[in-house]
Amino acid sequence: MTQKGFYFDMTACIGCKTCQIACKDKNDLKVGVLYRKVSSFEGGKFPKPWMYHLSMSCNHCAKPKCVENCPTGALYKRADGIVAQDIEKCIGCKYCIWSCPYGAPQYKEDQGKVGKCDMCADLLDKGENPACVDACVMRVIQYGELDELKQKYQGTQDLAVLPESNITKPSVLINAKPVAEKGA
Amino acid sequence: MSEFNGFKKVLNNPFSRRSFLKLSAVAAGTTALVGCSSSLKTISENTVAADDGIKIIPTTGPNNCGGRCVIKAHVKDNVIMRISTDTETDDPRNPQIRACVRGRSYRKYFLSPDRLKYPMKRVGKRGEGKFERITWEEAVETIASEIKRIGKEYGPGSRYVNYAWGYNAQIHPMNLSKRLLALDGGYLQFYNTYSTAATSFATPYTYGTASTGNTPDDWVNSKLLILWGFNPAETIHGSQTMYRLRQAKEAGAKIIVVDPRYTDTAVGFADEWIPLLPTTDNAVMDAMAYVMITENLHDQAFLDKYCLGFDEEHMPEGIYAGNSYKSYVLGESDGVPKTPEWAEKISKVPATTIRHLAREYATNKPAALIQGWGPQRHAYGEQPVRGATVLAAMTGNVGIYGGWASGAGYAGRQRIGSIPIGENPVKAKISCFLWTDAIVRGTEMGAKDGVQGADRLPANIKLIMNTAGNTLINQHSDINKTAEILQDESLVEFIVCSDLFMSPSAKFADILLPGNSFFERNNIGTPWGYGDYVMYANKVIDNLYESRSEYDWLVEVADKLGFKDKFTMGNETEEDWCRYVVAKTQENHPEFPSYDEFKKRGVYKWFYDKPYVAFKKQIEDPENNPFPTPSGKIEIFSQRLYEMNEPKEIPAVPKYISSWEGPEDPLTEKYPLQCIGWHYKRRSHSTHDNNPWMEEAARQEMWMNPEDAKARGIKTGDKAKVFNDRGTTIIPVLVTSRIMPGVVAIPQGGWYQPNEKGEDIRGSINVLTSLRPTPLAKGNPQHTNLVEVIKQ
Repeated sequence: MTQKGFYFDMTACIGCKTCQIACKDKNDLKVGVLYRKVSSFEGGKFPKPWMYHLSMSCNHCAKPKCVENCPTGALYKRADGIVAQDIEKCIGCKYCIWSCPYGAPQYKEDQGKVGKCDMCADLLDKGENPACVDACVMRVIQYGELDELKQKYQGTQDLAVLPESNITKPSVLINAKPVAEKGA
Repeated sequence: MSEFNGFKKVLNNPFSRRSFLKLSAVAAGTTALVGCSSSLKTISENTVAADDGIKIIPTTGPNNCGGRCVIKAHVKDNVIMRISTDTETDDPRNPQIRACVRGRSYRKYFLSPDRLKYPMKRVGKRGEGKFERITWEEAVETIASEIKRIGKEYGPGSRYVNYAWGYNAQIHPMNLSKRLLALDGGYLQFYNTYSTAATSFATPYTYGTASTGNTPDDWVNSKLLILWGFNPAETIHGSQTMYRLRQAKEAGAKIIVVDPRYTDTAVGFADEWIPLLPTTDNAVMDAMAYVMITENLHDQAFLDKYCLGFDEEHMPEGIYAGNSYKSYVLGESDGVPKTPEWAEKISKVPATTIRHLAREYATNKPAALIQGWGPQRHAYGEQPVRGATVLAAMTGNVGIYGGWASGAGYAGRQRIGSIPIGENPVKAKISCFLWTDAIVRGTEMGAKDGVQGADRLPANIKLIMNTAGNTLINQHSDINKTAEILQDESLVEFIVCSDLFMSPSAKFADILLPGNSFFERNNIGTPWGYGDYVMYANKVIDNLYESRSEYDWLVEVADKLGFKDKFTMGNETEEDWCRYVVAKTQENHPEFPSYDEFKKRGVYKWFYDKPYVAFKKQIEDPENNPFPTPSGKIEIFSQRLYEMNEPKEIPAVPKYISSWEGPEDPLTEKYPLQCIGWHYKRRSHSTHDNNPWMEEAARQEMWMNPEDAKARGIKTGDKAKVFNDRGTTIIPVLVTSRIMPGVVAIPQGGWYQPNEKGEDIRGSINVLTSLRPTPLAKGNPQHTNLVEVIKQ
């Protein structure tokens, strides 16, 4: 089995949220449901404030707790490592939401079911890129085989604000600003 | 564990859920009432896989947006399923024109059940928002007869087409309205814009033109970029601009941001952030000049060769000694040397920082001091514009690769066709900012009010056409005063508005027409700001409800007025005009593709080997290429300004002018905080304010420094009342060290929404702004406001 993942270059992210909106448009999401979200973190004191942004979706973990704890088998890992969902099997029990340390699965009130990022699997299957990758104005989101991303880019899977990566082995690589690094 | 719980909390921000359930409920409730559910139906996620019947149609957004991006609509059965953007090769010479956050949310915005659905006439008092449905026939008949009646009764100069850029493309509703009235005897014309009045007006006093920018592909050649009030991460300022900055940074440019706020651009790129108090830019600039002069860092040879008025040795004939810029800076004329310590007291920028900035700029050549337009939307907005042009000249950064002449900074390499407005028989012109004055006291207005083309205005404004604009109320200054003027039906007798929504301006219409969105019409879009491309905005779906494009009904009005053929020039439809625009473009650019090819591809991009550099010829061969100024030189001292004989407010060399409602105004005792606006990433001016996806992404809130917040017992999320003598607005507060003490910032464009006490409850900054124009350009001082803030 291979493993696809995302790369995020925080050092050139301007927090514009284009990825977040492109994702909502692609997946037709209501307010309150975000498959990809840009979170901003701020600190320091005037005149030396600091800020960084983190754009994150489902991390398509190598050890996905959501898949492990889904009672109906609605969530599963594809051969390419994407954590996908069979919507017909979802009963809206929210176990996946409680299991995911990244807050990725999202409950959809109107449907009584959960939805999540599937890396735009439908587009990938057609040879296109995920919507967020093609949307990023700064070109800071990339995707591909995680091993290849690691060869191509510097990055980490651990930040001060994120859970330990050894819990679920997220398939994401982040080029972090120093202030965002674990232990910063 | 606590860390990632914290992260989950951020991810599941309760704000977005609670506040917007209400908004969504309203939207959902309305859906049932409209007859176009097919255009609004939802698609289940990730099911677009079935390609059958999905067409991808290229178009482009039309707002006065700051960007002009590729929008590809994926359409099936007249329903837009989703949007994608430019996927052509990402060539560094002309990168992909990717849509920003605003462009990606168009589907949610324009295909809304809140759209205006049919023509209406006012039935309540003006501004009350009470309307009754009428037919298109009645609307057209009323508009035509009122145009005729008012023209006859008060003269054609009583008819005004208001500044309206909600739809900004080559077929431009505002210009079409002007074209209509031009053919019917004329209308009162305006000059200036609300964006750039001071810089467009003042830059030519230095250079003879406002086209002072290099193209942004040149930024990779700069060693240093000083972004002075320039925040393209949010304003966009050209759809490729932020990516160009990234390229410059990667090429090794150091980036310094000068701004009262630690902006999104600063977060992304700044090596240094230098905050200064609003309206004090020239104090810092003057002190930078002082440092350069006293440390001999300025380029004297450049100044001697190309400039007029830097020092006493290079002044025009007949000017008394002591009037040069150098004399002013050194205090020889007024006894006040403009030292960094002097500037620190005014601007709150430490003297050491000013020295450092001056040395950085003077010793890192080539360097670009790029001005945004915020600093010039101030009480004395002409001064920072001219001040920076002088610094550019003092450092010899004009006319070279990697440099930047400062000032307005316009740059364009293409000539795209447009629709002719036609000759206006009325010659009088006002600054676009002074239309409320022209309603109340138009016939008294003359040269000292900036009237051009006539000694006095021929009439007060009696009729307003406001087609696709929100400047009638929301984007003009002093909303309360403006509303009072418009509510008096004895002043303006007829107002027609075309809009997509019941905007604050639309509420003031007598006849209110439902415009269609860009998805529903054909047009041609040009870059906003920088960019070497042009776009075809294809019609993607049929009109929603009874909406129509402005051209559609203006043709009918022209018919009633008896000059349909002259108005259309044989162009029955907007697509016919698109052909006209393309033909004109082909005349200017023989390489331009055929109409059909252009329409199909949706974009045409030009590629150049080298950047365009403003004034390159003037610098390389000055003998044969004088600057287009009266003297042929870069005019640091302007004799034209000198002869206006208003030295305190219109000095002949740029100067720091202590501003009304600035930090030195005694009014600070009553209203101690300076309140500025900014262009928020989630809105294009006031467009998208009612877009729920955008409120979720970036809510309306005011920035306040922790020091000021603590003194007032305010915490993040608290609602605060912000007020001065002109009005009150209520807005949630973000307490942040990203803004300097003594300054608060409200993102402009929130839709004015008064409560029963007349207080705005949407954080609409223009209830606080002033109608007093800048002295030279008669521009809008939208960021010069003193206020007090209390916890609500």
